[in-house]
Amino acid sequence: MSEVLVLVDHVEGAVGKTTYELLTLARRLGEPAAVFIGPGIDDARESLRAYGAEKVYVVDSPDMSDYLVVPKAEALAHLVEQAAPTAVLMSSSLEGKEIAGRLAVRCGSGLITDAVDVVAGADGPVTTQSVFAGSYTVQARVTTGTPIITVKPNSTTPELADGAAVEAPVEITVSDAAKAARVVNREPRKRSGRPELTEAAIVVSGGRGTGGDFAPVEELADALGAAVGASRAAVDSGWYPHSYQIGQTGKTVSPQLYVACGISGAIQHRAGMQTSRTIVAVNKDAEAPIFELVDFGVVGDLKSVLPQAAEAVRQRKG
Amino acid sequence: MMSPMKIVVCVKHVPDAAASRRFDDSDHTVDRAGVDGLLSELDEYALEEALKIRDTAGDGGEVVVLTVGPEPASDAVRKSLQMGADSGVHVVDGAIAGSDALATSQVLARAIDRIGGWDLVLCGMASTDGSMGVVPAMLAERLSVPQVTYAAEVVVDGTQVTVRRDGDLATETVEAEAPLVISVTDQINEPRYPSFKGIMAAKKKPVDRWSLADIGVDPADVGLSAAWSVVASTEARPPRSQGEVVIDEGDGAGRLVDYLVGQKFV
Repeated sequence: MSEVLVLVDHVEGAVGKTTYELLTLARRLGEPAAVFIGPGIDDARESLRAYGAEKVYVVDSPDMSDYLVVPKAEALAHLVEQAAPTAVLMSSSLEGKEIAGRLAVRCGSGLITDAVDVVAGADGPVTTQSVFAGSYTVQARVTTGTPIITVKPNSTTPELADGAAVEAPVEITVSDAAKAARVVNREPRKRSGRPELTEAAIVVSGGRGTGGDFAPVEELADALGAAVGASRAAVDSGWYPHSYQIGQTGKTVSPQLYVACGISGAIQHRAGMQTSRTIVAVNKDAEAPIFELVDFGVVGDLKSVLPQAAEAVRQRKG
Repeated sequence: MMSPMKIVVCVKHVPDAAASRRFDDSDHTVDRAGVDGLLSELDEYALEEALKIRDTAGDGGEVVVLTVGPEPASDAVRKSLQMGADSGVHVVDGAIAGSDALATSQVLARAIDRIGGWDLVLCGMASTDGSMGVVPAMLAERLSVPQVTYAAEVVVDGTQVTVRRDGDLATETVEAEAPLVISVTDQINEPRYPSFKGIMAAKKKPVDRWSLADIGVDPADVGLSAAWSVVASTEARPPRSQGEVVIDEGDGAGRLVDYLVGQKFV
């Protein structure tokens, strides 16, 4: 059976949940082979094995983190040539999509981005995408070269599968051209202590209706163990950082539960959350378009409803 | 002394996201008939940034706006000229219809070659229709230059370009030398509206119309039949049906939590 390359998402060995999802999908297509780029393999090896990596390519060179995506695309291009995989899977993060774009041009391969499902087909992997703000689903496959597919977080449930995790160090020389853009400073974002927005099972988000006070939104999020998101209106008003923005120009989330608080539900926002499993909204305006999407809605003032709900959740949890 | 900068801004004419968008049943391409098009909102930020770089330098630099697409795409060029771009290029050719991102990046790259003498290529972070966000990276690969994407701030000093990117894990400062491709986010600036003067001035600005032959692209390499991926089916998702909506009369929070418990979220 031939290999399916999975680019590992990690920060110095701390592997993101999306990688386990990718390994689970890769198993449907062939033999999952993780590609681990950068330092920290000692912290990652066991979990990659546990989620089914039969092989782990390790590319560790300081050039990999200082020069944005080009060296990573070069490393993957080298592996595509060497291993002739059935497909290459990576996460639909900003970085993942850029690497995929470069890689597709370099390998002469077709590219599909933002898949929400991947299955084996007679003519190669078949992907499902959700487009136009979630109003259409599209099935597609790559017809030229090695299929390169980026997959959205939460597309599948990670499954444990004993892999062999045979380690294969990869020596590559990064080209000078790849070094032309260099990261000179990196300031880690302050950790909120909450789950990562695109990976969270529950997201509670706030919009214009918060009036700038996100405390009730955060309180309910913490009671539910959820991530906090924000609408563009809230971000543009400077109430919450851009990295928490949900919608067309921000993150796309697809959690089990999405709680929209004081968000009207414009199409740009819907583009970022419409595929959530269950949608709940709290809004003062009974006419807000968000109510057209909800599984459960409360017409009311979030400033009273959210703290009461948070208190009730805490009591239930004991 | 540094010569004035020439900046190419790639823009796309897209169906209005607020309209109801759908697929053509026969070939699964986006059905553009009956949907008003407009300059992709996210490209306005790239254009604004190019204009600011030109005007800050104030040394006679030049902003060329480039679009690829059918006849109506000339609207996107016109709007860009009204906002302040100096000239426009519209690549229009029947063979382009249905092109994927790979082919589009090829057409853009060859048009940029023909424009020539450029220092920066600016793009929006993604289109508002296809929204793959991969064209800037593909374009940079084809032009054999680095790309710095999702720029939230761009500072140009001679050929030295410093970019701030607000990533998920960190805020990065990236240094690069022109020539390079930059894509910008909607956080970078506030795009201007065309002024009356700008609208009048745009009428006299030059716009070149090029076919694929003009830029040396083989029509067989682009279009739907040359795409490296194929759409097998498109299906409208059934609209979400509205569930229960209650009016808070002091019991809203309680009923909300009852619902969450019932669905096993608590």
